[in-house]
Amino acid sequence: MPFACIYVPNFPVAALLRAEPELRTQAVAVLEGKPPLEKVWAVNEKAGRIGIAPGMTKAQAQLCSELALRPRSALQESSAHAALLDCTQSFSPRVEDSACDTALLDLAGLESLFGPLPTIAHRMFRRAADLGLVVNVAVAASADAAWLAARGLPGVTVIPLGKEAEPLGPLPVEVMFADGLTATQKEKSEQLLATLDRWGARNLRALAALPDVALSERLGQAGLRLQQRARGTASHTLVPLEPALVFEEAMELEHPIVLLEPLAFLLNRLLEQLCNRLAVRALAAQELRLTLELDYRAGASDESDDLIENRGIPRESDAPHQEEKSGFAQNPPHNNQHFSSTRQNRFCRTLRLPLPMLDAKLFLKLLQLDLNAHPPGAPIVKIHLAAEPSRPRSAQGGLFRPPSPEPEKLELTLARIAGIVGENKVGSLELLDTYRPEGFRMRRFVAEAEQKKSATGQKHDADQKLNSPWLTDTAETKSAITALRLFRPPLHATVTLHDSQPAFVVCAKKKDVQGDVLWKAGPWRISGDWWEREAWAREEWDIALQNENGVALYRLVHDLLGGAWFIEGTYD
Amino acid sequence: MSTAVVSTSAALGRHIVFDAEAVPEPRPFSMSGVTPASRLSVRPAPEMVPSGIAAIDELTGGLPRGCLTEICGPASSGRTALLLAALSAATQRGEFCALVDASDALDPQSAAAAGVQLERLLWIRCGESSPQKHFSTRQKSDSTRKEGRNAENRLEQVLRVTDLLLESGGFGVVALDLADLPPQAARRIPLATWFRFRRAVEPTSTVLLTLEPQPIAGSCSSLVMKLQADSGCYLSKSPLAFSPGRIPITEISHVPSHAQLLDEIEIKAELIRSRLERKPVGSAAVAFASRTAWADVKAG
Repeated sequence: MPFACIYVPNFPVAALLRAEPELRTQAVAVLEGKPPLEKVWAVNEKAGRIGIAPGMTKAQAQLCSELALRPRSALQESSAHAALLDCTQSFSPRVEDSACDTALLDLAGLESLFGPLPTIAHRMFRRAADLGLVVNVAVAASADAAWLAARGLPGVTVIPLGKEAEPLGPLPVEVMFADGLTATQKEKSEQLLATLDRWGARNLRALAALPDVALSERLGQAGLRLQQRARGTASHTLVPLEPALVFEEAMELEHPIVLLEPLAFLLNRLLEQLCNRLAVRALAAQELRLTLELDYRAGASDESDDLIENRGIPRESDAPHQEEKSGFAQNPPHNNQHFSSTRQNRFCRTLRLPLPMLDAKLFLKLLQLDLNAHPPGAPIVKIHLAAEPSRPRSAQGGLFRPPSPEPEKLELTLARIAGIVGENKVGSLELLDTYRPEGFRMRRFVAEAEQKKSATGQKHDADQKLNSPWLTDTAETKSAITALRLFRPPLHATVTLHDSQPAFVVCAKKKDVQGDVLWKAGPWRISGDWWEREAWAREEWDIALQNENGVALYRLVHDLLGGAWFIEGTYD
Repeated sequence: MSTAVVSTSAALGRHIVFDAEAVPEPRPFSMSGVTPASRLSVRPAPEMVPSGIAAIDELTGGLPRGCLTEICGPASSGRTALLLAALSAATQRGEFCALVDASDALDPQSAAAAGVQLERLLWIRCGESSPQKHFSTRQKSDSTRKEGRNAENRLEQVLRVTDLLLESGGFGVVALDLADLPPQAARRIPLATWFRFRRAVEPTSTVLLTLEPQPIAGSCSSLVMKLQADSGCYLSKSPLAFSPGRIPITEISHVPSHAQLLDEIEIKAELIRSRLERKPVGSAAVAFASRTAWADVKAG
């Protein structure tokens, strides 16, 4: 049964380079510890060549001008680890999460799907590279052999069955001990290594050649097991992992970001990483959650505010109030007063998509439009982006089905339109179960082909219309419906009554709407919601007034609770 | 060396003789970059879709796809009734429609009564509470100037939104409701904008409709209809019917107002221009009635 192992060498640096790919050409050192006692934790090859080594202090490392120093980030490492698991899960469901930098997977049965083992190994290598990780991939008949080969041999290694000893032999004994050990385990392993070193067993071949009985007498079962692993004959039971579908990327910033443009640059990078991870798992995003940690320094608020205003990030209190129905929602919801008084450090935006989508550029544009409309209001020190995964939509467009807007394009268009007219001014209508005037609410517009009718019913209708379009359509709409055009807000009118009926109307706001009432019908009395605070009661009149273009019909409303008269609309 | 008469100048009354070898061969049109008229392909007639009103379909053959159609007329002339009928027909065909409402005047109840499938209608309400307005300073000014500025803002929103919608594509009908805009504001829309809209919509199957008091798109529109309520005949045909154009108020004062009901408006539709038939349309007109939503209840 073949196994594969993917190992990320120098994991802290690899995680950093995945987040900041532009550092790949530079000497990089990762710092660990609390300031000012920071020490170099890991370095890349270029940094090693110029003399930087783990354990040096930050002050020592800073003497080298071309060295890029970055603090160790748990967020970046967890993202890199998640990407590693996504890479393995895209090949096999049986994956063991051996360590933060190592994953083992069972390749049994995959040859018919992906090709021979070397092809699978190379595809793994390329896919990891697509996810921003430079890895070692090893394939062997046993899990332990694959594990050792991945940790000891760079690039892609495929070990044929029964020939494990040859490639593994020259590897140093230290390869057998994982990095992330506890203090006790580390002490034991150091003792064991010292013993083996005294015996002259400095590589796996020498360890494999030691006599079994003598080794057992001196080191016990642990020694025998080490030897079996060195020979590549140890059996390892794979413990498959079922990772939760969590897609998150985060970035901590050394210097706070004030402008939205560099933020967009970083968001683009995070979105591309997220989309790549989703793509390798054959998933799409249904929802994106952006969390920004803001920098409200105590005592520097005024200065910060000035900085924000001068640099281009307007304050949150300047932004229009957003509503959830538009697809964007702030989480947790807050109003401006709450925001300014508590100075909360988190700014959350949620982008709910009508359909599962996977397009980093589209997401970036949507987030940009949203952040332009709802700016964070303070310098940003940390970016966290999470995606809610969903199955990608699989819709087959019919040849005879009417065209509909492309969902990705429509979403972007709606976001842009919302930026022009306001978020609560775009959408589709939903009538409410009430007689109250303006008894409707705006809903999010979703261009889904199948909404109410079943597929069969719609096909039947489409076929029928295809055969005789004129007959069906003209039969459906034989007469037009007189529409009311509303004035929003209603026009306040001064009405002269004659026998308790409107006889003369003057509307100050609209000069056309005034004069003798030529004809009237009514009143039609309606009321409602008397059991609530917002009770309403009104009389409606249909009146005809003369204007310069002829006679126009209006709806005149008498508010019985307030006593005022309004022109609500015109019949057209 | 041979000579040949290749051209005659009748105006000068003399023959011009050229050396035949010196005269260059006329180049084929395709090589000179000009396509001969004989090879020009005739633009296919646009597909016509029902407008939702049989009389209008008889008059115009329906609404053309990929073209700009203007519906104009004064207040209470039935423009909105025609618009809602077109939206209703389109949504019932399964198409998605967009209404760019410059005055935020759509009555949802009327739309529902007209049979518009509301979930298929994208309603864009241009108006004052836009982000631009939010940031503007609130200074007191005279109402006329304020109204003019609002109209300009709304118009700007309408044009930008329409551009986005046409660029997005996929809509069966995109309607621009400019009916309540002041005519002077609507006339400020440059002709180039209409030309851009026309070019944007031409390769698509979208019906671009505009509602306005007067035609404003000039030659960019393929179909222009003018609606007018039939004077005095748009009220009930019951014995209590009243024609405001003909009967003074005093003569009908005995009719109680609660006994009257607005149940239909008779509308006369006139075809002003149609570029689809390639011939002058003359003064073709039809009449139809738009009924109020409650008229059928009364009849029932």
